[in-house]
Amino acid sequence: MNKVTMENSVNQAKVLPAFRVALPATIPIFAGFTFLGIAYGILMNSLGFSAIYPILMSLLIFAGSMEFVAANLLLMAFNPLNALLLTLMVNARHLFYGISMLEKYRGVGKKKPYMIFGLCDESFAINSTATIPPQIDKGWYMFFVTVLNHFYWVFGAALGGIFGSYLTFNTEGLEFVMTALFIVIFIEQWMKEKGHHSSLIGLGLSVLCLILFGGTNFIIPAMIAILGVLTLMRSTLQKDEVKAV
Amino acid sequence: MSTAQHIITIAMIVLGTMLTRFIPFIAFPSDKPTPKYIQYLGKVLPAAVIGLLVVYCFKDVRLTSGSHGIPELIGAVIVVVLHFWKKNMFISIAAGTIAYMFLVQMVF
Repeated sequence: MNKVTMENSVNQAKVLPAFRVALPATIPIFAGFTFLGIAYGILMNSLGFSAIYPILMSLLIFAGSMEFVAANLLLMAFNPLNALLLTLMVNARHLFYGISMLEKYRGVGKKKPYMIFGLCDESFAINSTATIPPQIDKGWYMFFVTVLNHFYWVFGAALGGIFGSYLTFNTEGLEFVMTALFIVIFIEQWMKEKGHHSSLIGLGLSVLCLILFGGTNFIIPAMIAILGVLTLMRSTLQKDEVKAV
Repeated sequence: MSTAQHIITIAMIVLGTMLTRFIPFIAFPSDKPTPKYIQYLGKVLPAAVIGLLVVYCFKDVRLTSGSHGIPELIGAVIVVVLHFWKKNMFISIAAGTIAYMFLVQMVF
């Protein structure tokens, strides 16, 4: 075998097993994204947009809550700078995902730009906490989690945009599947970690900011508060880590 | 808005979203050593941000009106209790979601 075909077969040996492990991890996302995507497609349909809008927007933006906001933006007066600033505010939490994934995404090769593009709440939550079996290629695992989540979201939005008005099954409340998933991921992490400082700081300061600033404005103050407290506690938390090792 | 204005607006939203996703990776490229402080954040942030995400899910709950967040609270408690007890992701998520759907459709 020459070098290229050898590399190909090595890659194939990594790809399928990673897919097989990634797929079950994303099943709750399948349920949640298909449902939310359908809801989003129906909303766009009811606002008078053709199905191509939810399909392209879910494909290119791939940030659920922002897409619901975008639906309303498209109905208001044209103001692109406002749209940009609002997006930066709503999606500011992604900055935290990036900082958290700098090390994990190191060395995954050409897949990296796409994995950064698709770094949504759900891909972050799964990839940052997953216990990946040692024989599985971590890069391909995280890549498939990203691709599958992206696919489910576009699939749901397309279904909703095209067939939404024919839906008769009462799906009210199904969106709770995402909340349940995040709670489960939080508990899984809780059971794994040695100290709970960071988890409690994140949870506590977010609740505090939600009470103080309300649902639409709490994320940025919460991020600043989390950064501030984690920075102040740096020496303590790093000592903990050294002890644990 | 015209179709062209729609396209520009959507393009700005794509740009904004991608800025928030790519900035950390552009600011701290993997071929250069990442500052110690950022490495520290990379270690301690994920747990805190998952906490933020959980709270984020409840951001639209109104305690003073509607169902007062009771279905959300019951659903969440079911997920927490089941997960500490059975440690089975599918049971916890399915039971919590079905209970929540039942509550918002039939009870509240």
